[in-house]
Amino acid sequence: MTRPVAPAAAAAAAAAASKDASQERQKAMIAAHFHKLAQAPETGDKSVYTFVPGNLTELLGTFSVLPVLPEINALQSGMRGKSRDYIGLAEKLGHSEDVCTYVKCDIGMLKSGNIGPTGERLPKPDLLLLSYTGCFTFLKWFELLAQEYDCPCVMLHVPYQGDGAITDSMRKYVVDQLRKKVIPALEKISGRAYDEDLLKQQLARSAKAEDDLVWVLETGKRKPSPIDAYFGGVYYIGPIFTSFRGTQDAIEYYRELRSEIEERIRLGKGPVTPDGELTEEKYRVVVEGPPNWTSFRQFWQMFTDEGACVVASTYTKVGGVYDNGFRHDPSRPLETLADYCMGCYTNLNLPTRVQMLARYVQDYAADGFLINSVKSCNSFSAGQLMILREVEQRTGRPGGFIESDLVDPRYFSASNIKNRLESYFQMIAQKRAGGS
Amino acid sequence: MTLASLLQRADDLYRDLRFSAVRDWKQRTGGLAVGYMPVYVPREVLHAMGILPVGVMGAGDDLEIIRGDAFYQSYICHLPRSTIELGLNGALDCLDGLLFPATCDVIRNLSGMWMMQFPGKYVHYLDVPQDFAPEVGGAFYRHELEQIAGALGKRGGKPLTAAALRRSIAAYNENRALVDGLYELRQREPWKVPTAELYLLLRAGCVLPVEEHSAMLRDYTTAVRAADDRRPMDQARVLLAGSFCEQPPLGLIRTLERAGCYIVDDDFVQIHRWIRGPVRADGEDPLQDLANAYLFQGIPSAIRYIDQQVKGKDLVDRVQQSGAEGVIFCAPSFCDPALLDQPMAVTAVERAGIPWTAFKYAENTGQFQVIREQAGTFADSIKLWSE
Ligand code: SF4
Ligand code: SF4
Repeated sequence: MTRPVAPAAAAAAAAAASKDASQERQKAMIAAHFHKLAQAPETGDKSVYTFVPGNLTELLGTFSVLPVLPEINALQSGMRGKSRDYIGLAEKLGHSEDVCTYVKCDIGMLKSGNIGPTGERLPKPDLLLLSYTGCFTFLKWFELLAQEYDCPCVMLHVPYQGDGAITDSMRKYVVDQLRKKVIPALEKISGRAYDEDLLKQQLARSAKAEDDLVWVLETGKRKPSPIDAYFGGVYYIGPIFTSFRGTQDAIEYYRELRSEIEERIRLGKGPVTPDGELTEEKYRVVVEGPPNWTSFRQFWQMFTDEGACVVASTYTKVGGVYDNGFRHDPSRPLETLADYCMGCYTNLNLPTRVQMLARYVQDYAADGFLINSVKSCNSFSAGQLMILREVEQRTGRPGGFIESDLVDPRYFSASNIKNRLESYFQMIAQKRAGGS
Repeated sequence: MTLASLLQRADDLYRDLRFSAVRDWKQRTGGLAVGYMPVYVPREVLHAMGILPVGVMGAGDDLEIIRGDAFYQSYICHLPRSTIELGLNGALDCLDGLLFPATCDVIRNLSGMWMMQFPGKYVHYLDVPQDFAPEVGGAFYRHELEQIAGALGKRGGKPLTAAALRRSIAAYNENRALVDGLYELRQREPWKVPTAELYLLLRAGCVLPVEEHSAMLRDYTTAVRAADDRRPMDQARVLLAGSFCEQPPLGLIRTLERAGCYIVDDDFVQIHRWIRGPVRADGEDPLQDLANAYLFQGIPSAIRYIDQQVKGKDLVDRVQQSGAEGVIFCAPSFCDPALLDQPMAVTAVERAGIPWTAFKYAENTGQFQVIREQAGTFADSIKLWSE
């Protein structure tokens, strides 16, 4: 069984399944991290709030500061059933019903004592590292947090790949900001000097873990797929998307995960789901868009009830796209961080996203693809209806469209979504029957 | 031109969703026309290359959206759907390209959609810097401008020369000064410059060559200064905040005025006021001067990262400068930049003891009854407090 537990609450939601060593390892890593954070006021450890896309975990690691990722806290709140109240509180305080629910969930959590996913209090930030990568809302989110905390905020503006490529000017712009703004800010709060050799070591470790992550995600090409690359995938990306990239722990986690999946392949097993193993892979689909977190298990189950396995997803690329060959490269430390940031999924223009999805549908021999369009996220969602048509046209495979939200349970209509999924899979079945 | 005919002309331009003025200009001059989405692009660069910059501000409430809705979910603002509709119905055929400035993720993603939908056209996402150090963000921005000039040069724009750019900067400086002059006049004598009229003039600036637009502004200013029949009324002075991208329908502006509000400052068609004060027009390196203006003279808009300043301070300052007695937050539905910014602005406004109210609109909102009542009550309460 190969289901790690990035979001700890997800593990609880899927408690029926037995746990693998990698899952236990991830859980322990996360618990230790949050414990360190809770202890920070006593130990004097410094904490830096930042975002998943374009996170600079290796760089933060060289300064021994602890990352806090508000999106992760928000999704954890969604999984733990807390987000409704948090969002309600934020709306009462004047935040619009129209905007991203991650932000409101975070504000609500902050106003309710800032208790993190493991039940311990999160420390106040010593620095807000506003890595403005792939999403405009980030900018506003940290402006809002800057009102709440008496700490500096440093901006890292990551240019968008509007023309579908990274240019030297874009790279230079990011590297200059790292050198002139971000590194000095980290030196100041940590009291340490920037150590490039240390950064190189961290980056080399990142690349190793990334190799194994890509190997794992690409096993979705096998028939049957030994993994679910969306619902299961969100666990696999946990360590590398969050606080552990560049650590030995991450290397070990991904090595262990890989060997567990090798074993599943050897045994010819399908993915593990909350209800046990998927024994018959009836449908292979690619999914675009983030999952819903408040009904995560129920959502997953709708797929497994149909015998559907997600063989590839774009959500597992929001914190870094590695299956195109990119690896953190220790020989050009700051440039590689810049390329990493600019390469994150939501920083890619729409034609590139369409190409990527079409490639997934083809390379992973999918029957079709599904878009889960979340109300919160214009970065993901604006343009998805066009993506749907373009990918259908290019691949000749059917696309399906469902709508929900990330952490606002008011926008998860189980019956609607279930109906849509059922009709979608029926359509694939009919096409197949017609084709044969 | 009489005031009435001038306003008629501005109204015609506003309602002309085929962009006939742009088509005529192209026919007359043989030049290129390049569109831009809200909020800000440096039009001076286009102008210096002999290109007509054309503001694409959506379609208001005059266009039935037939295909645009098939591109967007219900929870996305209205502007991109009407823009797509205008693209698909051929109205924007007269544009040789479209610039998508870094305003928000919706406009950003629309740039990629445009590339796929209209493959022959020049499409560029103009990534404006959020770092304001000249050697960092300034260098990046300058490179962006050079890239645009290079690409448009290949498509038939004249080569960008320093002399031409200096002349264009001067032309837009004059235009900005005229717009500012009208805003000042409206602050002093709001009965002379009804906002519905001022708004039409701002919109005319989206499709007319800058010289022609400046002439229109001058004529209007002269005419309303002399219009003694425009007498003061007992209205509440308000600042309207948040309408910087998707524009409210003209009917909404009129509704607010009829409900007892003098709008004495606003965020409409913000490109005209994005740069505060003149851009240096006599420098050795005018492209750098233009980049510096972006860095140091740009307004603290919701779409710009507020680096050293206090959030909301600029709004409070504007209230004081304009003599507004209250703020109406008037943002498009589902507009991330405006709505995420609003709680911070509200905090600042409340701290300063300024009354405020808020509502949302879409560019095609057709019913104003609720807004009329809310604005009327707000205006009444302001007048009551000030007595
Ligand atoms: S808008 Fe999307 S990418 Fe941005 S913070 Fe919200 S969920 Fe994340
Ligand atoms: S109205 Fe707001 S969300 Fe919509 S395109 Fe404009 S800035 Fe973006």
